[in-house]
Amino acid sequence: MVRAARKGARVNRRSRLLWAAAVFGYLFLYVPLAIVVAYSFNDSRLNAQWVGFTLDWYRKLFGNEEMLSAAWNSLIIGLVASAVSTLLGTMAGYAMYRFKLRLLPVLIVAPIAIPEILMGVSLLIFFVAINLTLGLVSITLAHIAFCIGFVAIVVRARLAGMDESLIEAARDLGATPMRAFRLVTLPLIMPGVIAGALMAFTLSIDDFVITYFTAGAGAMTLPLKIYTMVKISVTPEVNAVSTLLMLVTLALIVIASKLSPSALRGS
Amino acid sequence: MDSRRAARWGISGPPLLYLVLFFAIPTLIMVLASFRLPGDFGGLAPIVEQGDDGTRTINLTLENYQRFFSDPLYAELFLKSFWYAVITTAVCLLIAYPLAMLIARSPKRHRDLLVLLVILPFWSNFLIRVYAWMIILGPQSVFTGVLNAGLGLFGFEPVRLLFTPFAVVVGLVYVHLPFMVLPLYANLEKHDPVLLDAAQDLGANSWQRFWRVTFPLSLPGVFAGAALVFIPAFGIFAIPDILGGTGGIMIGNVIKQQFLDTRDWPFGSVLSMVLTIVAVGLAGFAAWYARRARALA
Repeated sequence: MVRAARKGARVNRRSRLLWAAAVFGYLFLYVPLAIVVAYSFNDSRLNAQWVGFTLDWYRKLFGNEEMLSAAWNSLIIGLVASAVSTLLGTMAGYAMYRFKLRLLPVLIVAPIAIPEILMGVSLLIFFVAINLTLGLVSITLAHIAFCIGFVAIVVRARLAGMDESLIEAARDLGATPMRAFRLVTLPLIMPGVIAGALMAFTLSIDDFVITYFTAGAGAMTLPLKIYTMVKISVTPEVNAVSTLLMLVTLALIVIASKLSPSALRGS
Repeated sequence: MDSRRAARWGISGPPLLYLVLFFAIPTLIMVLASFRLPGDFGGLAPIVEQGDDGTRTINLTLENYQRFFSDPLYAELFLKSFWYAVITTAVCLLIAYPLAMLIARSPKRHRDLLVLLVILPFWSNFLIRVYAWMIILGPQSVFTGVLNAGLGLFGFEPVRLLFTPFAVVVGLVYVHLPFMVLPLYANLEKHDPVLLDAAQDLGANSWQRFWRVTFPLSLPGVFAGAALVFIPAFGIFAIPDILGGTGGIMIGNVIKQQFLDTRDWPFGSVLSMVLTIVAVGLAGFAAWYARRARALA
């Protein structure tokens, strides 16, 4: 029916306009990132004229001790935060699906719904109030707190698409609730759980705002390092680390979308 | 029944406990902090202070709120942030609408890919996306050069783009665009094409079909997208911090300043409280309005 309507010349002109606007939209989304990538191979300190191809900025990057240790910190925080938040988030998602709860859904959505800076400053006051030295531990605790919600939502969405009768069948065949969960529910929601874990990991290694407030003076993560560099000057070294980070994220997204195509839209 | 209750608490308990401890309690501490006094070396003064002569004073005050309401500077800053967020939301809507419409009207097998292409940039690091605009809007960039050469032809003075409110809004739009496209697409995808055919049969031209059928039906999506763009844009601090220079600061920057630079935590908490109330209030309003629009549709 839509196809039939498209036959009119007028409609054609309009759909061409729509196309032009949409192409502009996609260009707007991708050109800036393409520029960052392109200049990371440019043989000039300035992000202006194309001088020639080089891998120098990448070489520099791998010789930069501070950068490597920041990347290492981000990796450790990301791994711990995603592991813990996946466990807690899966429990939360399952609990919200199975039981009528009041408080938990609010606490799941609220951290996602409010401006990030609020969570950053309130955690800063909290960590100081309980005398926790700001550093890798406080960053990790904060990251877990904001990742739980995302995992829970992805897992909850996966459960909503599950066929309930499979569990009933398992129970009819004499499985205990625990056994039915382990043998039926868990394998079925596993793609959602893994997608949630990858999402949590990505959110954690990418987070800047909450990390900025909970890091204190000692700890440095990759986004904090990028921020410091950007504040001082714009150099192609930032482009190089950005390009690498984009590649890592892209790889994770490809894996996540292979596992659970719907999970990506869950956010 | 008892084992069901045990299961309920066993499963929901740990995440609930974690979020109470690391989200609800910190938020409440911040609420309390907005009524406290700043410490001598920054941070917070103790709530109960033991005097030398054994007297106790309780350090709670409304002064921080009085300061907020007595100095118009802060209200102006909120208003400025509000406008930046409003303009950002409007521009996002303008760019996102055709994009969402195109995706919703393209063949089913292409839709997932087109949606993924909108989300993909969102997954690259936030700072990288802001940094990209530092390059594009910078004084040495090709874009700025061409623009200023063009302006020069018409006899205009060259303009500076980076470190201006303009740069802040561009950055805000860029970072938040996917949040507008997704709810719009989710809504537009559900529209029944029969409605447009009916409107056409009744003599509506394409313009009328859009304004009297498609757009009113898409209002819930518009409001959902507007809320998802407006709220984070309103409280953001990193984008004005990187792209805004001194003239482009927003309320988030002042909150950051109060917490990390001047270290006046009580006043920073007041600003955070006002931000929370405004953000949650507007989100509630958007949710209410979207539900009403859906009920009417």
